Amino acid sequence: MEKIKAFRNDAYAKVTGIAKYTDDYAMPQMLHAVPVHAPVASANLIAIDASKALQQPGVIAVFSAKDIPGNVKFGQIIKDYPTLVLDRIKSTGDVLALIVAENREQAIAALPFVHIEIEELPAVFDPEIAMLPETPLLHPEHGSNVCNYHCVRTGDVETGEKESDLVIEQNFQTSRVEHAYLEPESALCHLRPDGVMEVLGSMQHPFSTRRFVSSTLGLQLNDVEVKTVPMGGGFGGKDDTAALVCARAALCAYLLKKPVKLTYTREWSMRESYKRHPYTIQYRMGLKNSGKIQFVKVRMVADGGAYCSVTPWVTWRSTVQCCGCYEVPNVHCDVYGVYTNNVFSGAFRGFGSPQVNFSIEQLVEIAAAKLGITESEFRRINMVHQDSVTITGQKLNTHTVSLKQAMDTVLKKADYEAKLPNCSFGKPDSDEWYGIGYAISYRGMSLGAEGTDFNSAIINIQPDGSVLLETGIHENGQGSESAMILILAESLGIPKELIRYRFPSTSNIPDGGTTVASRGTILGGGATVKAAEIVKERICEGVEASLGIKNCQYIDGKVIDVVGHEVADYFTAIKLCYANQIYPYAFGVFQAPRVSWDEHTGHGNAYFTWVYGCQAVELKVNPKSGQITLLNMIAAHDMGKAVNPAMLAGQYYGGMTMGAGYGLYEDMPLESGTPKPTNYHNYRVLRSTDMPEMTAIFIENSDPNSPSGAKGIGEPTLELMAPAIANALYRATGKRFTSLPLAPNVQDFAKGQQK
Amino acid sequence: MSINVNGKAYEVPSALMDKSLALWLREDLLLTGTKIGCDIGVCGSCTVLVDNKALRSCKLKVKDAIGKNIITIEGMTQADGSLHPIQQAFVDCGAIQCGFCTPGMVLSTYALLLEKPNPTRAEARQAIKGNLCRCTGYQQIIDAIMSAAETMRLSEKTINKE
Repeated sequence: MEKIKAFRNDAYAKVTGIAKYTDDYAMPQMLHAVPVHAPVASANLIAIDASKALQQPGVIAVFSAKDIPGNVKFGQIIKDYPTLVLDRIKSTGDVLALIVAENREQAIAALPFVHIEIEELPAVFDPEIAMLPETPLLHPEHGSNVCNYHCVRTGDVETGEKESDLVIEQNFQTSRVEHAYLEPESALCHLRPDGVMEVLGSMQHPFSTRRFVSSTLGLQLNDVEVKTVPMGGGFGGKDDTAALVCARAALCAYLLKKPVKLTYTREWSMRESYKRHPYTIQYRMGLKNSGKIQFVKVRMVADGGAYCSVTPWVTWRSTVQCCGCYEVPNVHCDVYGVYTNNVFSGAFRGFGSPQVNFSIEQLVEIAAAKLGITESEFRRINMVHQDSVTITGQKLNTHTVSLKQAMDTVLKKADYEAKLPNCSFGKPDSDEWYGIGYAISYRGMSLGAEGTDFNSAIINIQPDGSVLLETGIHENGQGSESAMILILAESLGIPKELIRYRFPSTSNIPDGGTTVASRGTILGGGATVKAAEIVKERICEGVEASLGIKNCQYIDGKVIDVVGHEVADYFTAIKLCYANQIYPYAFGVFQAPRVSWDEHTGHGNAYFTWVYGCQAVELKVNPKSGQITLLNMIAAHDMGKAVNPAMLAGQYYGGMTMGAGYGLYEDMPLESGTPKPTNYHNYRVLRSTDMPEMTAIFIENSDPNSPSGAKGIGEPTLELMAPAIANALYRATGKRFTSLPLAPNVQDFAKGQQK
Repeated sequence: MSINVNGKAYEVPSALMDKSLALWLREDLLLTGTKIGCDIGVCGSCTVLVDNKALRSCKLKVKDAIGKNIITIEGMTQADGSLHPIQQAFVDCGAIQCGFCTPGMVLSTYALLLEKPNPTRAEARQAIKGNLCRCTGYQQIIDAIMSAAETMRLSEKTINKE
């Protein structure tokens, strides 16, 4: 069978090396900035003496918070992050000053010559201690070290407990992990002759970046233009962190009236950038002998680090999805996002679900085993189905609930039932332990009640019929621009080669929110379809005005009259529009259906639609060393519609790999709040030889809530492999591993067995 | 004191001998297709061919390359802009996402296929072990390597027949 060739509008540029990422740009008279990081995690900043640094070769200036013309602090939810520290150091990721020099080597060489005078203060690194009333506050103005709290109160857990035949308790611990995007943060800013601060940056949220920059410089939003250039990976990690780098470069460029580039080293990036939140999760679950879950009581504590970032939103998703994809009549859930002096935590592909799924997808298997029911039967008894009501009271009746379909598809493809008897369960005196495992999930699409969810698209058809398209969605490397082009080509019935995605800028199109939450295709694609509907009307108007007829329709690249005769092909129709002074131009908006949330009860229609998925893994373990070898991975997800199959498969493979890395090795332990790993030699990202062959299965139940029929896939693919591996490791070793990362724990277990 | 880069000889002033080869390519030759991801030789983004061996240019100094032939990603493309079969395979197989690892991946593939025109998938995995990719999970890159190998063997056969 001939494979469908992949389509990417940027493939040629990227494969030839001519694609220009931020650090690939240079400008005449460009200067280079570098950050001066805080030496300790908690201190009063007394003074910065830059006099010696200023004497170093090539050094032009050293700037501190006192030089900031606008707001020193900014943030997406709580404005608590200082672009440069004014008086109080709260994390070793804090930046105290910026050195600007003629070249980067000179700026780096001057770093040791900036003298920092501090008064060290007690620091708190444990979120449980941070929550105690006697612990000093990181942000006194916030009134608490609890950054945010969410809850769910459904039914009555005491009644649920009385009705339960069995109650189980289990704690889980997840690790702090790094996005490890291959391109470190970079920004190039210059003040244009028209007075606009122009920002090129490696960031995934140009509009957020614009807010950070304009706030720091004290400018209006229209005084800042953020242009999007290719970005070397983000995965949620190039939001606040990257916007801050842009704001710092812009500050230097603004003060010096010269172009300034600030490119991070990997070491600075790992020290400063936010991570995935580490969680401690305590579950108590009540069960009927029949297998039905009666109640869940759960407490989660997420270490948010020194600044808020998007901790309230990340932990909100964990709250809504705290019972996994299961029906539970009685729920008592408390989730805390906590300030500590650790490096801060923020958005990361998965966004509060990988932690919950790692836990709940093991917990249901523990429960099933105690009840003597198979894990698959237990899941089938409790999983959400068509018209189920979620734990927050949302009825799943607006789309196809395909959880069982996804699970059955994967189990069949994996031949799961037939392979189960081969599992070793830590059988003594064997040379190799084998295990198979899987996990399932549902995931609320897009932002949900955590944010306003709308996006726009502009279609501008030129006189020759070629099309300029843009949306408020950002190309993170996932292929969003290509997906939009394909959606528009299908909507208009024209070849994709006629469509060019316009070089994006914050000055072209309204703020469409951030390209996160797997919302690119559903929101941007929705806006594209809406704009296409409008432009089709314009085209018909042009033809009608020209031919003096009425009630034409645009269908598949043709305009037809009331009796269905073609009156103009696409190119003729466009010519007629221009001849009659009607622009074939449209601005389309997709507003996501309304969602709701009550903070006090944790009830509401949290997300306007949901996606469903299942992933399975086979692996073997060396009983002596504990070394794990992945043998096979299978995933099935219902993303509504496969717009660009090869790129869709790429999302599966990348998500499964990142999920496997999260499950097995990835870890960012801290020492006094500073990440110990500094670069890829001591932070283990999975390599090609770690990975098995993978299978991606597409389930396409077109979603009526999405104008294009398509939903998101970026995050669903990441959130299942860690629990699937944990379940497979249980069947290989006979032991449950409840803390991440798993590989070191398995090694310890294997070594312990040897004694 | 010259280095041949993509078929063109460059005289190198002695003051630049201790500069990192990656920075020299990027800053002095403006060949920015060579990326710097870690700057300590473990991520593979800066991979170039030095006398047909895939090496990390961030770990090399300019002086290490004197008298040698370097191929960067820019040297893979034909003068008329047409793609090398390896590049075409990366495009067709969906092996590209953010693209930051792509130049290094293409060059590691080229080094492999120069030595082993008929690699197994396991050998393809081994050949790009030193190149990190955070987007693709490597699978479609392996697909691209296998596809490129096939295309190149086919065109080799055609040439031999002629």
